[in-house]
Amino acid sequence: MPGGGGAKLSLQMVTNVDERSVNNLSAIPKEEYLYKCTSACAGCSSSLCLRYVLKAAGPDTVLVVPACCTSVIQGIYPGTAMNVPVYNIAFAAAAACASGLSDALSARGKETNVIVYAGDGGTVDIGIQSLSGAFERGTNFLYICYDNEAYGNTGMQRSGSTPLGARTTTTPGGKRTAKKDLDRIVEAHNPPYMATACSAYPLDLYKKVKKALSIEGPKFIHILAPCPPGWRYPTEKTVEMGKLAVKTGTWILYEREFGKLSINGPSKAAMRKPAPLEDYINGQGRFKNLSPEIASEIRQQVERNIQRLSREEAGIC
Amino acid sequence: MLTIGTGNKAVAAAVKAAKPGVVAAYPITPQTEIVEQLAEYVTTGELESRYIPVESEHSAMAACIGASAGGVRTFTATSSHGLLYMHEMVHWAAGARLPIVMANVNRALGPGWNTWAEHTDAFSQRDTGWLQVFVGTVQEAYDATLMAFKIAEDERVLLPVMVNLDGFTLSHIMQSLETVEIGDFLPAYHLPHAIDTENPCVYGPMTGPADYFRFRWDIERSMRDAKGVIADVEREFAERFGRSYGPTEDYRCEDADVIVVAMGTLGKEAEVAVDRLRDEGIKAGSMRLRWFRPFPDLDLSGREVVVIDRDYSFGFGGVVAHSIRSKTGIVPYSVIAGLGGQEVTYNDIADFVRNRHPGEETWFGVSDHV
Amino acid sequence: MYEIRIHSRGGQGGVTAAKLLALAAFRDGKYATACPFYGAERRGAPVVSFVRIDDQPIKIYSQIHEPDLVIVLDTSIMDVVDVLQGLKSGGTVLLNSAHAIAGCNGTCRHVDLTGIALAENLVVAGSPILNTPVLGALAKMDIVTLPSAEQAIREMFADERNVKAAEAAYEELKV
Repeated sequence: MPGGGGAKLSLQMVTNVDERSVNNLSAIPKEEYLYKCTSACAGCSSSLCLRYVLKAAGPDTVLVVPACCTSVIQGIYPGTAMNVPVYNIAFAAAAACASGLSDALSARGKETNVIVYAGDGGTVDIGIQSLSGAFERGTNFLYICYDNEAYGNTGMQRSGSTPLGARTTTTPGGKRTAKKDLDRIVEAHNPPYMATACSAYPLDLYKKVKKALSIEGPKFIHILAPCPPGWRYPTEKTVEMGKLAVKTGTWILYEREFGKLSINGPSKAAMRKPAPLEDYINGQGRFKNLSPEIASEIRQQVERNIQRLSREEAGIC
Repeated sequence: MLTIGTGNKAVAAAVKAAKPGVVAAYPITPQTEIVEQLAEYVTTGELESRYIPVESEHSAMAACIGASAGGVRTFTATSSHGLLYMHEMVHWAAGARLPIVMANVNRALGPGWNTWAEHTDAFSQRDTGWLQVFVGTVQEAYDATLMAFKIAEDERVLLPVMVNLDGFTLSHIMQSLETVEIGDFLPAYHLPHAIDTENPCVYGPMTGPADYFRFRWDIERSMRDAKGVIADVEREFAERFGRSYGPTEDYRCEDADVIVVAMGTLGKEAEVAVDRLRDEGIKAGSMRLRWFRPFPDLDLSGREVVVIDRDYSFGFGGVVAHSIRSKTGIVPYSVIAGLGGQEVTYNDIADFVRNRHPGEETWFGVSDHV
Repeated sequence: MYEIRIHSRGGQGGVTAAKLLALAAFRDGKYATACPFYGAERRGAPVVSFVRIDDQPIKIYSQIHEPDLVIVLDTSIMDVVDVLQGLKSGGTVLLNSAHAIAGCNGTCRHVDLTGIALAENLVVAGSPILNTPVLGALAKMDIVTLPSAEQAIREMFADERNVKAAEAAYEELKV
């Protein structure tokens, strides 16, 4: 059975009316749970995403944050930009901490949302074990990985999520291996709900968080979050960079409900007719001086991924 | 109820009586019996609790941290490599001021693989901010585990407590065990800084040197206050249930010329050695060190002291011997014995006393002395 | 203090026999400890367990080197282990055997625990259960009382055939 991994599955798949009515940004709640006094870099898309995640989740939410950019973005003690409880925890421990928290709140009869908000290093590298454990044991929570494709908080070292060819401080000649396919790892746990999102599409993200939180069990959202200092592009191009990632088919927006894949709007068009990959690559300093071989391999990776997901959605497996 | 049980079963029985909201644990020899028993209690409904089957000890402590902060009483158990694997989170639990109780079944560390008793695992966590108590009998394993919750949750303490029992030697021995009806001995779990979405707070964010320093001092202040809390709780326990404990268990120490200091089961075996030595006319006594953090104030003035360390700090010495020396000024005869479950009998302990050389260190069975 | 060493092979129930014996002694109002020595050995390897019984609390955790009683649940072990090592002068040996075995010093007794278990069809995973019948033999030897032995067995096992087997061993052992 698809989606059999969660121990406490329920079929609350129906989108409520309020949610369906949110079809433009102006309909998103005005309440802010991430205030303007963050310590984020200029042009930070991760903090932008967090703002919409919290708007979707609402005030009865606890955020669990391992070491990542959000450790800093939330503010320095005794100040904070956060208006929901935030539990900071060690790098490898976020999903496990969320398991304990989720069970404790449930034991106390509460229906509080438990959301892990973790970077890519804390998810695909050091946190993969606890992530896998929490999904296998069916923890009722939402795990969000915001992916800026490197260890941004410590100054842009390569992570398992850094793409092929990207220069980081620890891959000064460009990364020689491909980006780890986190989504297929999570998919192997058969969660009731998983999705990808991108900071350039906040409404899509908002809806996905809403939907995820309406489902019992372990849920997962993987957000591509472009990073101006890390990817080396001008701060004002953060939204444009996210859109290019989607339009070129480098990043595909989709949902997987109980195993069933559906490609989301902007990616449908992009997958039929992707924008030139150069539009995305050439705008980023991290891909400067790519060898033709690596550039070609990147292109093939994008194409293979588009084909794989298209075929799956069409039922040709 | 009077019965007999193992050290592990005693710990599990005490945890059942304490009714934690969450138990998160990972199996490891020789602790496994504790978590198996608790899983069984949860399955049968004898214990109404959430049992979180984590994928590692690091996650066991992380889950306990989340649960404890989430507002419920929390327990875990581990041993040896498991304790070391969770080391980072052991620090975190104390820094976050969470009254988690953990049983640590003391076991040696590899390589080579060795599942028998040694105290180095616990001592490697001595600077984490956890209270540490070492027990010597099955009954004490039960009593100390119950008291651990009360001590940890006291608002003057709010630090986690590690209950240590010797692997196999105590974890698997059958002795008499009296379980109690705890009544209101343990009040309902109340954590003043529990997570509350009505009062959103950020826990453990980036913190500058000045504030961080103050938080560290606050841990030490609570550690000092804990001595009084421990005494209060042990006194109340004695009044309610008739069994009294202290920072040390002293046996025939009043008029002793020479005192054996040991921990865990070796500290009980030492009492038998003391009786033998007294029969020979040697005025010996035994002081079993129960609490290691906070380290108690010891009165050993005017005595010769023989310390048995079931541990070692390489390049330095026996951890207990040096702690005694540093806290009392007395230069003991330091015996390193029992590592990796090495058998140490009361006859051996009597020999340590007979052949003592204050100021020297001997490795039992290896050094020239003894 | 009365000290007992039990020799068996891993999986034969020597550890449980020690626990049952300690429980029976405890039900007699004595102090008792049972401490199996856990080696790294697995099923089939020679293993040893210890039981101490006393009127005073027992503070000794080390192994028993000079037992008052040695119990051998599998006499094939005697080819590889010196089961009589350290046996006190005047000490007793109890063998699971249909016949007397030459070479036992001290008082040597034997009872066919395997035969009793098979007669009661007390077999788990192909192995006869020895740890409950042996309690009957020990009761006959006045190590524990028969009612306490039966109580201990009932506390640990629901199957009444275990009690019957103990009673059979009680009857069969000659003292």
